[in-house]
Amino acid sequence: MEAFTKHTGRAVPLRRSNVDTDQIIPAHWLKKVTRDGFEDGLFEAWRKDPEFVLNKPERAGATVLVAGPDFGTGSSREHAVWALQNYGFKTVISSRFADIFRGNSLKNGLLTVVLDQKVVDGLWELVESDPQAEITVDLEAREVRAEGVTAPFELDENSRWRLLNGLDDISITLRDEEDIASYEAGRPAFKPRTVQV
Amino acid sequence: MGRTLAEKVWDDHVVRRAEGEPDLLFIDLHLLHEVTSPQAFDGLRKAGRPVRRTDLTIATEDHNTPTLDIDKPIADPVSRTQLETLRKNCADFGVRLHSLGDVEQGVVHVVGPQLGLTQPGTTVVCGDSHTSTHGAFGALAFGIGTSQVEHVLATQTLPMARPKTMAITVEGELPAGVTAKDLILAIIAKIGTGGGQGYILEYRGSAIEKLSMEARMTICNMSIEAGARAGMIAPDETTFDYLKGRPHAPEGADWDAAVAYWKTLRTDDDAVFDAEVFIKAEELSPFVTWGTNPGQGAPLSASVPDPASYEDASERLAAEKALEYMGLEAGQPLRDIVVDTVFVGSCTNGRIEDLRAAADIVKGRKVADGVRMLIVPGSARVGLQAVSEGLDKVFTEAGAEWRHAGCSMCLGMNPDQLAPGERSASTSNRNFEGRQGKGGRTHLVSPQVAAATAVLGHLASPADLTEADDRTPAGV
Repeated sequence: MEAFTKHTGRAVPLRRSNVDTDQIIPAHWLKKVTRDGFEDGLFEAWRKDPEFVLNKPERAGATVLVAGPDFGTGSSREHAVWALQNYGFKTVISSRFADIFRGNSLKNGLLTVVLDQKVVDGLWELVESDPQAEITVDLEAREVRAEGVTAPFELDENSRWRLLNGLDDISITLRDEEDIASYEAGRPAFKPRTVQV
Repeated sequence: MGRTLAEKVWDDHVVRRAEGEPDLLFIDLHLLHEVTSPQAFDGLRKAGRPVRRTDLTIATEDHNTPTLDIDKPIADPVSRTQLETLRKNCADFGVRLHSLGDVEQGVVHVVGPQLGLTQPGTTVVCGDSHTSTHGAFGALAFGIGTSQVEHVLATQTLPMARPKTMAITVEGELPAGVTAKDLILAIIAKIGTGGGQGYILEYRGSAIEKLSMEARMTICNMSIEAGARAGMIAPDETTFDYLKGRPHAPEGADWDAAVAYWKTLRTDDDAVFDAEVFIKAEELSPFVTWGTNPGQGAPLSASVPDPASYEDASERLAAEKALEYMGLEAGQPLRDIVVDTVFVGSCTNGRIEDLRAAADIVKGRKVADGVRMLIVPGSARVGLQAVSEGLDKVFTEAGAEWRHAGCSMCLGMNPDQLAPGERSASTSNRNFEGRQGKGGRTHLVSPQVAAATAVLGHLASPADLTEADDRTPAGV
């Protein structure tokens, strides 16, 4: 996983609530067996509308998505995170994320930042009035900064440490292999098995 | 202090706990399908890691599989590649797989319970958000992303922060004609699509205790549509009766030991939930969605709401966008909504009870002109059971299409899709824009409402049908 320390970039204001993962990446894209090449599927249906915010020339190259509440609801598809990253987004700001999407994003180094809706409203107004306005998401300081905005955000220390260092979860877990083996040795005999080994 | 059901199951699976870190949880059962696993197997290959516990892992093909001509090569080359990738991965890593054509093939969340692999007090994960279904057995079951699929394949564990708990207590008697689907749609409309975020839900109360296992699965299945990764119901005699004798249920002394443990899996009287919701079963009626998220629903007897009636600005905007997408007008009675497609199936409502309920209503009747009705059993076994009961004939005689098992039109990854502008009454779980096909419009309903809607051609409940008008007298 790529480490995330601090990122500064222009933003896309997405004034919609309940953006589900079917909108972020429609199901027919899920047939791919790789983690890349999803950028053209990102918000595919909405991008057919020339007025959709992502299609505006002034939003080209933006790397910060400022979204409405309940972003990433629905399906567990991690492809939604890959699509956002493949397109070029480094971080997503919203007042509330769906749990599975949030977990997936943090496992891939896409920093999802929860801010109060009032702050999100302020960021929307800023980047809508000035498309060149930049937003800084600083994970070290746990702070979002933009013109006229300084907003602290919460992220549990463990997730922050993994993101700052770009650590791979599996190798961290396998350090505790002895604990896993000892738990396995104590499991009751009645627990189900899919095959006899 | 006492513990909730969720806390008990959680505590029994903690491999490692340390201050300031998520708990490391052991996973008892890992279900795989073709869509969310290829990149995970790829990761294992790159790191040279094996699957740690092939005996706790099982795979099936469901999302891409066609429901017609299943003996022929899959027409879509991309779908075919994904299925072939799963077959190769399972062969390479020694994972049990039920492929298209196999009697145990089907929607992953139908297959696990019917094999008896889903058991009370187990942890169950799958790269699919509807893994919450398995919570109906008192299992702690939740959907995970592909990185976590790889993590479970490699370690049989997951680091997880412990969620809060929410009780949803439903007391009383569900009125006649009101089903588990109506209940869960009403719950989601009440608490919202984000209401369960960060919680494990526990459905409890006298109305829940009276439900069959299949109805309980319908409810737990849609926990995720309220934002909760997991929903649980305490195991009881209904649960034990369902499991007894299934291929992977414990036997003999193991059965006795298992039941003794399962009986401890109840929320203690002095346990405290972080949040509580109360619902009176008597107040419920058939419930349908009108919008583009599962929280945008109303009783069938109501009308399409006026977006202006929402106080919250983002909800108002969401309702406006939903009505525009759905092609509906505020104030239009929901019963006046005309559909052209009816889908009965999915991990929400694709089990044998669901098919029986729908068949009972269409029996001797005809699907309305201009309506196509698809019946897709949740698994090959459900399909066989239905055929042995003659349900396939009931459906085809009514003019419905009888198909093979799979996820099908729930998400349209296979050829079963809505065309742009088409409108369905669907027993599935998501009415998102384009979910069932680009430009398609979805109303979520129970199997009973789906069947009555198919006969009348507009959203309807079985109570709207009359014997005299709609059903061919027996023997004619």
